Amino acid sequence: MSKPVQQLERVVIRFAGDSGDGMQLTGDRFTSDAAFHGNDLSTLPNFPAEIRAPQGTIHGVSSFQLHIADHDVLTPGDSPDVLVAMNPAALKANLADLPRGATIIVDTDEFNRRNLAKVGYAVSPLDDGSLESYHVHALPLTSITVDALAEHALTRKDKERAKNMFALGLLSWLYTRPTSTTERFIKTKFAKKPDLLAANVAALRAGFNYGETTEDFAHTYQVSAASMPEGTYRNITGNVALSYGLVAAAHRAGLRLVLGSYPITPASDILHVLSGLKRFGVTTLQAEDEIAGVGIAIGASFGGALGVTTTSGPGLALKAEAIGLAVSLELPLVVVNVQRGGPSTGLPTKTEQADLLQALFGRNGESPVAVIAPASPTDCFDAAIEACRIATAYRTPVILLSDGYLANGSEPWKVPGTSDLPDLTVTFTTEPNGVDADGNPQFQPFLRDPETLARPWAIPGTPGLEHRIGGIEKADITGNISYDPDNHELMTALRAGKIAKIADTIPDLVVDDPDGDARVLMIGWGSTYGPIRQAARSARLTGHHVATTHLRHLNPFPHNTAEVLRRYERVIMPEMNLGQCAMLLRAAYLVDVQSHTAVRGLPFKASELAEVIRTTVDGLEATK
Amino acid sequence: MSIDLGMPSSGVAFVPHLPDGATPLGRKDFTSDQDVRWCPGCGDYAILAAMQGFLPELGLRRENIVFISGIGCSSRFPYYLDTYGMHSIHGRAPTFATGLATAREDLSVWVITGDGDSLSIGGNHLIHALRRNVNIKILLFNNEIYGLTKGQYSPTSRAGTVSKSSPLGSLDTPFTPVSVALGAEATFVARTMDSDRKHLTEVLHAAARHRGAALVEIYQNCPIFNDGAFDVLKDKDQAAARILWLQDGEEVAAGDHVAVRADDGSIQIVPRATASPTRIVRHSIDTEHPSSAFALSRLTSDGTLAHVPMGVFRQISRPTYDDMVRGQVSAAVDAGGGPATDADLAGLLAGRDTWTVSG
Ligand code: SF4
Repeated sequence: MSKPVQQLERVVIRFAGDSGDGMQLTGDRFTSDAAFHGNDLSTLPNFPAEIRAPQGTIHGVSSFQLHIADHDVLTPGDSPDVLVAMNPAALKANLADLPRGATIIVDTDEFNRRNLAKVGYAVSPLDDGSLESYHVHALPLTSITVDALAEHALTRKDKERAKNMFALGLLSWLYTRPTSTTERFIKTKFAKKPDLLAANVAALRAGFNYGETTEDFAHTYQVSAASMPEGTYRNITGNVALSYGLVAAAHRAGLRLVLGSYPITPASDILHVLSGLKRFGVTTLQAEDEIAGVGIAIGASFGGALGVTTTSGPGLALKAEAIGLAVSLELPLVVVNVQRGGPSTGLPTKTEQADLLQALFGRNGESPVAVIAPASPTDCFDAAIEACRIATAYRTPVILLSDGYLANGSEPWKVPGTSDLPDLTVTFTTEPNGVDADGNPQFQPFLRDPETLARPWAIPGTPGLEHRIGGIEKADITGNISYDPDNHELMTALRAGKIAKIADTIPDLVVDDPDGDARVLMIGWGSTYGPIRQAARSARLTGHHVATTHLRHLNPFPHNTAEVLRRYERVIMPEMNLGQCAMLLRAAYLVDVQSHTAVRGLPFKASELAEVIRTTVDGLEATK
Repeated sequence: MSIDLGMPSSGVAFVPHLPDGATPLGRKDFTSDQDVRWCPGCGDYAILAAMQGFLPELGLRRENIVFISGIGCSSRFPYYLDTYGMHSIHGRAPTFATGLATAREDLSVWVITGDGDSLSIGGNHLIHALRRNVNIKILLFNNEIYGLTKGQYSPTSRAGTVSKSSPLGSLDTPFTPVSVALGAEATFVARTMDSDRKHLTEVLHAAARHRGAALVEIYQNCPIFNDGAFDVLKDKDQAAARILWLQDGEEVAAGDHVAVRADDGSIQIVPRATASPTRIVRHSIDTEHPSSAFALSRLTSDGTLAHVPMGVFRQISRPTYDDMVRGQVSAAVDAGGGPATDADLAGLLAGRDTWTVSG
């Protein structure tokens, strides 16, 4: 007999275990199932930098959080409603994030004296009453899994490894999901290992059946499908969306995509994805270092390809000189920086937004580049296309600032039609564009388009347009070496002016203020988009009127930025740094932008930002 | 799995040549309108002149030739040639050249670099370009000093060099560029000299013909900061005794001396009269194993220039990186039924796990 089903609007589940416990895979699978089910969702993987940190320790804990709902979801959720903790370390590392009343599922087999001691539990928290405010389901997950696989001819170790599938099966039952999509996945994944295939499917089903038969769970839950705009959907992470955006942009530009890249967390997945897309004419070169990565991209752009390099913060520092060269050469270049915690090696697997000033100013001389940042994992696709548009139209480096949260986080994506993508057709210069002193046709590599201030892109192989470019200051129009003071002043102004002109082709800031009378504006950039929107929603529920807006273009800013900022009595800017963008806005517009910052390697919680909004709105009301 | 890429054998196999019957290009066609600004007497002038004489001989279309340089005196070279060119940043020229040569098989790509540019700040890129065997020609102007920064010792300066930054003599053990290149799995390694136009031109031809990375060390005099570093090789009488002209299949010899293989694996130069005939070194440029070429390269490592091999040390055939990269891409494109269409892109974006929301 089936147990009663309880309807939920939303639930946040966190799977946590040892790095080797397969928590990322488990989370991924549950995500896929939820997506198929039609839920809106958002995910937050969180894993250690070490590939296999010592077993059972706090710093070896890997987790995957997933927020599913029957309505539109903006963040991976502030705090889990359900924690699956595969060992004491996973419990200890995550308990502080759980609100009272949350559900905890633990594998009691792992709560032995040795594992408890490893993380400093003198007494098992399962026995000392410290978890009494939670709904604890303490199950011997490992041994039930092993028992369920008694008939399978596998080593005990292999049987134990299937416990993540048991846990997934149990959760699938608990949230009334069929196991069929995951079974299909297992069948593909283990197609060549029939023993493991059978065992994993059996463990998954055993977990599902366990929920059905045990007395431990009184009822199951259901999160209905969200109502989303009509269309075809898939689930996608930021890094994959960004990779596809680059491919789509090259396709729409009619250019070959050439990636020069050196592996670095959390950007490497872009290199991996693009390396698999040779069918789309994508050329990927794994370079000897970060500098070579960007050099390869610039060389390819010189040859008429769309040159791209991908990296994370420390790599951007190494590429700085070459990006400066591209500023001087005025060639298209897309530099993707998937930001992580810094300085130095910092927090390789955690998110941060602290490379904004590096992107803008981290080069010698006056070296302006365009900078843009995606707002969500799916927006990585559109932001990548926009980066390519600017790079090719303005012959300039563009730095695309993603971050670790966007890179690994995922959400449903309404798959765009290819004809809806912008036309990025590029025309190379093929004829001389001027005359020399004697009136003979001549190619002038630095004669600019008056609209965009972009210089002609004439590629090797074009007869009659042979020319030399380089990092030494060039004379306006001819591009010959020039040390003339007035010319340097002019060229510096032209390079800056070209970047400023990009603002003519970017959309204005859009303000979200459903009440229409907000006096407080919360402005964000990059991945703070979700938490800010969610925070505003919940602040409005308590009668706190707030407007929000989001910067996608960080250089140049949209034309109406000053006007928007000046419309409000208070402007708050949350950032995962110490206030870098706020500083830029203050400097550019003399507006008293107040910073709210956190550098914990994690995205903001919407509740935290909602509190900031409430305090600000209340403070303002009090002074009325 | 092996992919038959039908590997071309010439370094300029895909580079458009001038049509038959077209007026051949001349030195003037390769001379840009820029004033040459090296110091009077600089060896770079002779190399430039040789290059401007050599390029027309290649018979290529001028617009398909590209010179890329780093930073240093020699790196001004591209400005003076009326081809496509890029004067890049210090030490990194091989990276730009790698990107360009991989993106464009129809270009003849040359890298101009110096001893500081290629072996100090750019050492990493040099060795990787060589091991990958990218079809680029790297001309390393070795003057054993920093010129542009006004006279500091370089990674090829002989130990004990007194310079502005080493008033008591440099303490670094110098690199022998040919040894470095051989250690870096280079498929073509040669040495020549600024003042020997004929030999320089021959070596440039051999490099251009080679499909793959070519490293050509060019001894270059810097009259301002290291004048006469190679004078002993320019004096006719001394040169006869010191220079071992490398010829494929020929004995390695200079004057009445000949190269012999010693028991420790090294090559020694001994009077022919005392040489055991079975030990005399006969040069072979296409021997797969680099140890003999390497032993030859060590003859100059003591900095005395007592015995200096000149010519092609090694020229072996190995698939080039850029050909293989293009091969993988075009195989994938062909397997997919030709260049990707909108429908292919739509398929990629949708992936295999989609669901539909209907209104
Ligand atoms: S400093 Fe030396 S290498 Fe440089 S241009 Fe003058 S002579 Fe030539």
